[in-house]
Amino acid sequence: MIEFQNILPEIFLTLVLLHLLILGVYLKNSFTLIKKLTILTLFACIPIIYINFDNQIYIFNNNYSINVFSNLIKIIILISSAFSLIIAGQYLKRIQLEKFEYMILILSSTLGMFVMVSANNLIGLYLGIELQSLSLYVLSSIDRNSLKSSESGVKYFVLGALSSGLFLYGCSLIYGFTGSTNYLIINENFSINNLGLIFGLVFVIVGLAFKISAVPFHMWTPDVYEGSPTSVTAFFALAPKVAGMGAFIQILFIAFNGALQEWKSIIIFISVASMILGSVAAIGQTNIKRLMAYSSIGHMGYALAGIATGTIVGISATLTYVFIYVIMNIAAFSCILFFSRNKIYFEDIRDLGGMSKNHPIVAACFCLILFSLAGIPPLAGFFAKFYIFKAVIESEMYILAIIGLLSSVVSAFYYLRVIKIMYFDQEKEKFDDITGLGMKLSLATSSFLILFYFIKPSFLINLTEIASKVFN
Amino acid sequence: MNEIPILTLTTFLPLVGVLFLLLIRGQLEFVNKTSGYVAILTSGITFFASILILINFDYLNPDFQFIEQHDWIFNFVNYKVGIDGISLSFILLTTFITPICILATINSVKHRLREFLIALLLMETMMIGVFCSLDLFIFYLFFEAGLIPMFLIIGIWGGKRRVYSAFKFFLYTLFGSIFMLISIIYIYFDAGTLDVEKLLNIQINKEYQKYLWLGFFASFAVKTPMWPVHTWLPDAHVEAPTSGSVILAAILLKMAGYGFIRFSLGLFPDASVYFSPLVFALSIVAIIYTSLVALVQKDMKKLIAYSSVAHMGFVTIGIFVFNKEGIEGSIFQMISHGIISSALFLCVGVVYDRLHTREISEYGGVVNVMPKYAVMFMVFTLGSLGLPGTSGFVGEILVLIGSFKFNYWIAFFAATGVVLSACYSLWLYRRVVFGEITNLKIKNLTDLSKNEYIILTPLLIMTIVLGFYPSLVLDLISPSVAKVSNNMLDYIKIVGLEK
Repeated sequence: MIEFQNILPEIFLTLVLLHLLILGVYLKNSFTLIKKLTILTLFACIPIIYINFDNQIYIFNNNYSINVFSNLIKIIILISSAFSLIIAGQYLKRIQLEKFEYMILILSSTLGMFVMVSANNLIGLYLGIELQSLSLYVLSSIDRNSLKSSESGVKYFVLGALSSGLFLYGCSLIYGFTGSTNYLIINENFSINNLGLIFGLVFVIVGLAFKISAVPFHMWTPDVYEGSPTSVTAFFALAPKVAGMGAFIQILFIAFNGALQEWKSIIIFISVASMILGSVAAIGQTNIKRLMAYSSIGHMGYALAGIATGTIVGISATLTYVFIYVIMNIAAFSCILFFSRNKIYFEDIRDLGGMSKNHPIVAACFCLILFSLAGIPPLAGFFAKFYIFKAVIESEMYILAIIGLLSSVVSAFYYLRVIKIMYFDQEKEKFDDITGLGMKLSLATSSFLILFYFIKPSFLINLTEIASKVFN
Repeated sequence: MNEIPILTLTTFLPLVGVLFLLLIRGQLEFVNKTSGYVAILTSGITFFASILILINFDYLNPDFQFIEQHDWIFNFVNYKVGIDGISLSFILLTTFITPICILATINSVKHRLREFLIALLLMETMMIGVFCSLDLFIFYLFFEAGLIPMFLIIGIWGGKRRVYSAFKFFLYTLFGSIFMLISIIYIYFDAGTLDVEKLLNIQINKEYQKYLWLGFFASFAVKTPMWPVHTWLPDAHVEAPTSGSVILAAILLKMAGYGFIRFSLGLFPDASVYFSPLVFALSIVAIIYTSLVALVQKDMKKLIAYSSVAHMGFVTIGIFVFNKEGIEGSIFQMISHGIISSALFLCVGVVYDRLHTREISEYGGVVNVMPKYAVMFMVFTLGSLGLPGTSGFVGEILVLIGSFKFNYWIAFFAATGVVLSACYSLWLYRRVVFGEITNLKIKNLTDLSKNEYIILTPLLIMTIVLGFYPSLVLDLISPSVAKVSNNMLDYIKIVGLEK
């Protein structure tokens, strides 16, 4: 029983989730209340994790691991879930989507992500992934009246089920050849010469790559991003990516540590393909959500490049990248959720024309965010890329660094195009004003962090370095 | 003076102005007026701060002075700034040109003036930062961060094809500098530090020096710009607003020249010697080819832009002949070009504000209605073609002497550039200023206004003063240049002996 105190955050989330569900069912018009409670819960969970931040133990017969790394990832997940709710308030009200289930689903998928990053067992990982994904499938089709939303939900579900199948197939192969689903035992019994195991490894990587929408398993991303309600898209762009990346690192560096050379080449390929596709395919996009989808594919490519080094420095770089990516996306989506005229939201970037005239502050923030996404110094996005390429060059993977930096130049083009529309083009009608305090606050905070990250960059690096030492 | 971090203060002073500009509220008229005052005041104070540095500067010391060092990124990057004579001369150029740009902007820009001034002040911080940073990472940050304000300046306040030019400028420069970033990271792992002062005393692995040199070269060549990656410059110059062109020509291009002297020669002597023929070839092509291209231009700004490429060709030749005359000449040439080409762009701006065209054929006979303007324009044209008595002459002759010492064929080809520059400059002057008045609109032109006098006179004075008394700059730079050049020459001797 002593072990349960180590999973307090998970227990806390589960209890709140169940209570909120009951509350939502019995209370009428409980949307705002539940939203506030959910946000509160998510923030309240952070100190609960922080109390035992330095813990490093395996519990439940080595099947669940709590360590600094998973705790840090969990905190990032909580921050991104909370902010994706904070920025969504005004939007959900305007499109009349005030269903309390929305919050419940976000909570349960957050819980799933917790399990994903802490699992030290393939079964646990699978359960986490499914809890997360099933919530996400429903979330993406939560706007029942919209054809696009339902379509994206079905699309996501079918492809997601396929990838889960592949993942399970890989798990069964690994179980068959190593005799266990526990990461530590898999690592002990792993033999590179066993072709079946390598197959299993590949399938597992495929399943996880699907979840973080890395090329070539990215097909669902633009459609699902476009079809889902924008606030859900914001959530998709944030938390699942962090969790996926965390699970990726855990499984690769613990279970498959012996097959480093084998998976390294796969990850390099996925990373390069994501970087290139993310930057090239976004050029023609005019829908801001599709553009963000390709942008997130590209960013996942950069984050994977850190993993591809197979070193501790690489993990720390990836963590830093993910953290900064989350901040940039919170900022970007709070801008995107602002783009409405007469309560109708638009997604075409050409409608942003002359935004800098009517809304100078939001335009300046968005401009800053886009420059940061493009990786221009001295903004946070540059440092994120810099750490990645520092790690990559340290492992002497020069070609990867050159391809990555070249594709970042290409990607600068489409970010610049949005800036061009906002700043250089003809003025159009004004947008609706921001009513919610939350959106203003999150936009201000995240823009501030992006702009002034350079003043004290060591803070984040120290944190991620500590976290990545777990894999030493 | 060691207690006061004067370099940091000077670098970030313009940001204080930016802060004040952001806080101004009120009617448009009021905002424009006040922000003008604030910007002039800020850049003026910055200029005085840099003069203060000059006063306290030890002329005879070839090493870095005013060094400030703080921890920044743990164990990796230190915030380290410091200057020697070379950096100081460029800092002075920056702080001298920026107030002039701001004045010119206030005169001619009415649309979103405050934002423009913010962008200009941001640029000033970045430019000063580039010249005084003593850590490669900090250097890179300042070098790249300047892209953002410049992109916006060209894109928002530019001419008809501003979007195309802004994109071209941004992507070209970004493309070049990523290779520099890779090189910088590699240097960190090879040498264990990014501190320029330490790196100058470390021999970087010869095998990799060539690649690293190429990485830096990719960035500097785009920025210089050298043939064949110069094509962004005419576009950017033509479309940028007048003060944008001035900043570009006067200072942004000089960052690359400064980078060549400080980093390419300082860090990679081996590779610099190895690649010097490449630089000569590209520079000579640039001088002759772009001079010929300049001859046939129909647009005044484009002509001056191409002449910039040719002049920067001289600069790169001067740097890579490695002797003292050559390097001194190229620094002098950069500073004189900074002054003269800004003046030429401002001169074009003067008539453009009146007629709203830059087509040379639209002009003719301007001297009849604007005699004072004609005199100003003439001095700057003569300065640009290197007439003795103007600052342009000193730089060119020093570079030619330096290159003659090194190899007289290079001097020969470079000298053809002098002739060609006389051709296109004088021809431009003749077509615009002399001749019959063909265009009726010319008759209604008014001569220079008071503000335009204020803008052009300092430049005029500097052109002539530097022409007659070049020691003003040469005394400042010569100890540091001697150090750089002696290092290189010693190095060549050693290598020669080994062979």
